Amino acid sequence: MSAILPPAERLWWKHPLDRVEGTWIAIAFVWCMVMFFMMVYWHVYGRQNLSTETYKTTPEQFSAKAQAMVDAYTVRTETSMQTPVVAPPAGSDIYMIARLWNFWPILELEKDQTYRLHLTSMDYNHGFSLQPANINIQVVPGYEHVVTVTPNQSGTYSVVCNEFCGIGHHMMVGRIYVK
Amino acid sequence: MASIYRTCPRSGLQFESNAEKLMIANAVAAVVFLLIGGILAIGVVLTRWPAVHWLEADTFYKVLTAHGIDMLIFWIIFFEIAVLYFCSSTLLRCRLATPKIAWLAFALMVIGAVVNNIAVYQGGSSVMMTSYVPMMAAPSFYLGLILFAVGALIGCFVFFGTLVVAKRDKTYQGSVPLVTFGAITACIIAVFTIVSGAIILIPTFLKSVGVIEHVDALVYRTIWWAFGHSSQQINVAAHISIWYAVAAIAFGAKPMSERVSRGAFLLYILFLQLASAHHLLADPGMSTEWKVVNTSYFMYFAVLASMIHGLTIPGAMEVAQRQKGYDKGLFEWLRRAPWGNPVFAGVFISLIGFGFLGGISGVMMGTEQLNMIIHNTIYVPGHFHATVVVGTTLSFMALTFYLIPVLFRREMINPKLAQWQPWLFGLSMYFFCLVMMGAGTLGVSRRHWDMAFAGNALAYEWPGAAYLMMGLVGIAGLGAIIGGAIYIWITVGSLLWGKRLDAGRESREPTPIPPTAPTLAVQSYGSLGFAAPGTFVLAIIFLVSFVLYYFINWKYLSTLWGLS
Repeated sequence: MSAILPPAERLWWKHPLDRVEGTWIAIAFVWCMVMFFMMVYWHVYGRQNLSTETYKTTPEQFSAKAQAMVDAYTVRTETSMQTPVVAPPAGSDIYMIARLWNFWPILELEKDQTYRLHLTSMDYNHGFSLQPANINIQVVPGYEHVVTVTPNQSGTYSVVCNEFCGIGHHMMVGRIYVK
Repeated sequence: MASIYRTCPRSGLQFESNAEKLMIANAVAAVVFLLIGGILAIGVVLTRWPAVHWLEADTFYKVLTAHGIDMLIFWIIFFEIAVLYFCSSTLLRCRLATPKIAWLAFALMVIGAVVNNIAVYQGGSSVMMTSYVPMMAAPSFYLGLILFAVGALIGCFVFFGTLVVAKRDKTYQGSVPLVTFGAITACIIAVFTIVSGAIILIPTFLKSVGVIEHVDALVYRTIWWAFGHSSQQINVAAHISIWYAVAAIAFGAKPMSERVSRGAFLLYILFLQLASAHHLLADPGMSTEWKVVNTSYFMYFAVLASMIHGLTIPGAMEVAQRQKGYDKGLFEWLRRAPWGNPVFAGVFISLIGFGFLGGISGVMMGTEQLNMIIHNTIYVPGHFHATVVVGTTLSFMALTFYLIPVLFRREMINPKLAQWQPWLFGLSMYFFCLVMMGAGTLGVSRRHWDMAFAGNALAYEWPGAAYLMMGLVGIAGLGAIIGGAIYIWITVGSLLWGKRLDAGRESREPTPIPPTAPTLAVQSYGSLGFAAPGTFVLAIIFLVSFVLYYFINWKYLSTLWGLS
């Protein structure tokens, strides 16, 4: 009954199981169930669950909303690109545009306050990779993804694009300040 | 195309002339693409090594695109077609169905692979293997992939046809061998995979030539991954079949229980493709329930199947070794295994690495919430080099060493060097994957030319440890490339200069597989003894590592920003 020959016993499915196999299958099954319940458990008790709130959008619609936020809450500009630094009130809807090849605008948030962060891409797929926390979210054009975020540490965070988006991909980086 | 059957005097395997030529053609094409992919790997590795940072950005992205496609698709699928023909025509001792159509399939695959490669090197198609819309490549990029896929699909049906031939000509009795059963699993998954690829790549091709206006980015991602991930499941089914085959060849090992091993393959057919969903865990659009169900209930049945194979294959080896008298303590069977035989060593290094590095990391990544801490970081290529390179490629290399005298009828040149090859290649890849996952844990992005963001006012400074890890990725990568070069040297060298070996007895008719005498085991459900205690201990060590690593990641996740 070698693995490269047909089974010697016609009724191979009646061949008895070795206890090593039976025991391991039982252990492995239990472990798989533990892993399944962990995901559900975390949705109930954990604080880090990715929202799935999503809307169809267009670059024009989304830009208009982002621009309105920038017009209302810009506190200063940074870099030679005059990128606005926006400090929206706690609890509000905040917008970040991913496009070739930057994130716009810079956001300034308060620690332990909650915001509704809207993400979309103006062109290709992009990646929202928050460093050094290492939180990574896919940014897909045409879809507005609303993620509720609560920064728990103050500092300067970078948003690195980690989805390949063309020749300028490695220059695409944005920023979020947490006070 | 009249069939001549020869019985190999070294292995006892019977090769049909048409199948043999096709296996050789497909295997050689595979090795050619491995060579191209390997040369490209030098560019990738030496650019991502921060201290070297060799290629220019546009060249790097081009090279990375070609490396991914040549390795993940062309090298592996050409070799898999050879494996499918081997598992049908050779193991069942029958003629290959429709050899002319099989040659057509091969021709389509070669044309497709060449067209796709040319498109990438011309520039303008540096879209990576995933080629997410709306980023577009040249039409010939998609056309090449489609031609290749059609060829591979035809190859799958030649395999199914050959099974029918064997059944009709009664070249075997009872059920097909376990290894053939595994190949059937791979082939069923392949059909699903290729059809998914066609569903999304054909409209994308039409968009690239201007017939269709719009392909939705999220729909593309969803269907593309039914192709992109499932293609890796073909590999899993194929290389696990090879593990069983090598256990049988190197030890004369019998499967511990046909029921368990076949059941585990069946779980692959039913559940593996659904695991594709874990590529979309960080995406908008899909509901939480969809993500959790697809990546837990369904994926975990496939994980269960892999955990079963991970026990039953070394378990079968242990039982065979113990019967030969290597029965002392828990591990004499393993100590006295033929570690100097590259066929065995390659498979065992592959098995351990696939489980510990590829398996554990894969399940962690496939957990809905934990996915957020690694999505699109270099952890991801760290993981899939452990599954596809340590798992699939290393197994294929080990099988090649077996096939050089058996299928290619050549004496292996430089057998001493071949003994070292799986160790150098396998252990370099272990280290490569580990440091890559380490860098990914620190957040380093995949597919990224310049981690220093040189000249950018908002540049992010990665921690020093990330630079160290990426340097080690470079060093380990070079070790693996040298190991790969040795494999190609030995394979190509043996084919060209190795001493010709005797073909064996030839005949115009196939000799059917003689029925083997049934073993004495009672034909009843129930339990035998505890035949493989050493393997069980190894499995428990695996489980403990798995559980610890899994919960460490939850612990880390709990320290992050609140997200809901």
